[in-house]
Amino acid sequence: MIISICEIRPEREGWDHNFSVPLFQKNGVSNGTLNKKAFIEHFEQAPMYVAVFTFVGFAVGTIFGYLRDFMRAWGLEKRNIAAEREQQKDFVPLYQDFENFYTRNLYLRIRDNWNRPICSVPGPQFDLMERVTDDYNWTFRFTGRTIKNVINMGSYNYLGFAETDVNALKTVTIELEKYGTGVCSTRQEMGTLDKHVELEKLVAKFLGVEDAMVFGMGFATNSMNIPALVGKGCLILSDELNHTSLVLGARLSGATIRIFKHNNMQSLEKLLRDAIVYGQPRTHRAWRKIIILVEGIYSMEGSIVRLPEIVSLKNKYKAYLYLDEAHSIGAVGATGRGVVEYFGMSPDDVDVLMGTFTKSFGAAGGYIAGKKGLVDFLRTHSHSAVYATSMCPPVAEQIIRAMKCLMGLDGTTQGKVRQLEKNTRYFRRKLHEMGFIIYGNDDSPVVPLLLYMPGKIGAFARRMLERNIGVVVVGFPATPITESRARFCVSAAHTREMLDTVSTADILPKLTSGAKEAGRNCAPLNLNNSFLHLFLWPFHLIFKGI
Amino acid sequence: MIPLWAAGMDVKRAWRSLYWLFCQFELITCSYLMEPWEKVLFYSFNLAVLGLLFYTAYACLAAQLGSAFQLLGSFLGSPRHNALAVVK
Repeated sequence: MIISICEIRPEREGWDHNFSVPLFQKNGVSNGTLNKKAFIEHFEQAPMYVAVFTFVGFAVGTIFGYLRDFMRAWGLEKRNIAAEREQQKDFVPLYQDFENFYTRNLYLRIRDNWNRPICSVPGPQFDLMERVTDDYNWTFRFTGRTIKNVINMGSYNYLGFAETDVNALKTVTIELEKYGTGVCSTRQEMGTLDKHVELEKLVAKFLGVEDAMVFGMGFATNSMNIPALVGKGCLILSDELNHTSLVLGARLSGATIRIFKHNNMQSLEKLLRDAIVYGQPRTHRAWRKIIILVEGIYSMEGSIVRLPEIVSLKNKYKAYLYLDEAHSIGAVGATGRGVVEYFGMSPDDVDVLMGTFTKSFGAAGGYIAGKKGLVDFLRTHSHSAVYATSMCPPVAEQIIRAMKCLMGLDGTTQGKVRQLEKNTRYFRRKLHEMGFIIYGNDDSPVVPLLLYMPGKIGAFARRMLERNIGVVVVGFPATPITESRARFCVSAAHTREMLDTVSTADILPKLTSGAKEAGRNCAPLNLNNSFLHLFLWPFHLIFKGI
Repeated sequence: MIPLWAAGMDVKRAWRSLYWLFCQFELITCSYLMEPWEKVLFYSFNLAVLGLLFYTAYACLAAQLGSAFQLLGSFLGSPRHNALAVVK
């Protein structure tokens, strides 16, 4: 368990010190005392026998995988998977690396738990199309029936804006009738509508920055704008567990990329010091720019970035900070303004604020906010601005209405953010009390429940669906191979009954590996000073090293 | 004495906990995910290994226990007969 207390600056009366905006416009008091709490994150290690069992599961799976591959190669079994043609048999093999082996033999057995089509709005409950397989997940067919009212624990619907209520969507329908759906152009040509300008002004006001720019797609915001900001001769320091969009943007830019351990400030500081001292690899010239890429909430771990420490490091070593608030905007902070508000800091501390509208606003798209100079530069130099179609107007209106609701400009109170906070705390506390291993910060609405063994991934998802609960399970390669998990996304729209149904599902104690599995108490082995470490270090290596 | 219905309940609980153990075994060894013929193969292999283990344990233990009792007996007086002694 990692605890650290973050320093919070005292508030000035009547004005919010962060944003210099009258408190009434922020729709709620940014309560200094609410943020003066300990930063508690959990990354509990499972008992040793869990690692052994995971290893056993993978070993058996691998053996049977080889057996099936052998049978397929010798024609004893029908070949359904992609394979090289006969004429290319002597070429370098295409499908022999581990990832393909894993896909063929392990992923395929539990493939029915992903890509499940839904046929309703992804609110707190949704409808699934019933899908069966006749040949063990090689092909699927729809029976035509729908499974109704499945509790949705997988959609990123943190504030519950994914709704179909006619009154709520009134302005959106008006804009739809006024503008239609297509923009049919890029931002630089004829795709900048007054809706975009209105939205950008609102986003800038919401975040407390000078200017903002919105893009049609969240993934493209990262991958297309990082190459515009950095190039060759620059250094990117990226967190170990960054999202693929950040990784892709960093690789596309052509800058040098160095990875620091997840949320580990010592690792980051070491990299910064080495960068300043040694400069570029061969010439030892100073780096043109050093930029640190971090996320607000990491969606696979549920951990929150240590923002104050990173900002102090960046100020000390004169680097830039790019903060991706995809999962944290709207979901953390007293008024939903993300991790910057969560830690009580000023948005001027972060150089580039990026976020998406997909998760908390029930829309699609992303934004980049910061100083006016930065945003003006991106308007002319970003690939997304030049080539990508701009956001469509009804979606922009949905974001505007959601943001106005959050800011209280349409008269509503701060209900949704409070409800999300309550739901998050309740759900996490309940699962913790039951003894399951949950990763991440106590305030993050992303709740990863560790499953570890490959057999349990499939069993968990299937059995939960039988009980009308839809969950997302994740395994390799999205997570380390020995740490597969089920990821719950708590929403403000979930009622307490729904959360109770999920946490008391009898599947949970039967299938998960916790410190109190099935009511029994097992003390975890402390490997650092244990005699058994001598004999069990291979398992330790596998368990922690990958 | 334990009433019949309570005895029945205990038996039921015993069966249920055995079934739970079997489910855990299935999950841990991924046999939950296997196709039926693979399960047959895997379980028969496991049973064969277990059978061999028991036989080895029996054979070893029988010999060792035999000689252990002989040693004990030799303290009490009767001389040792080595079953593997060469008859001259």
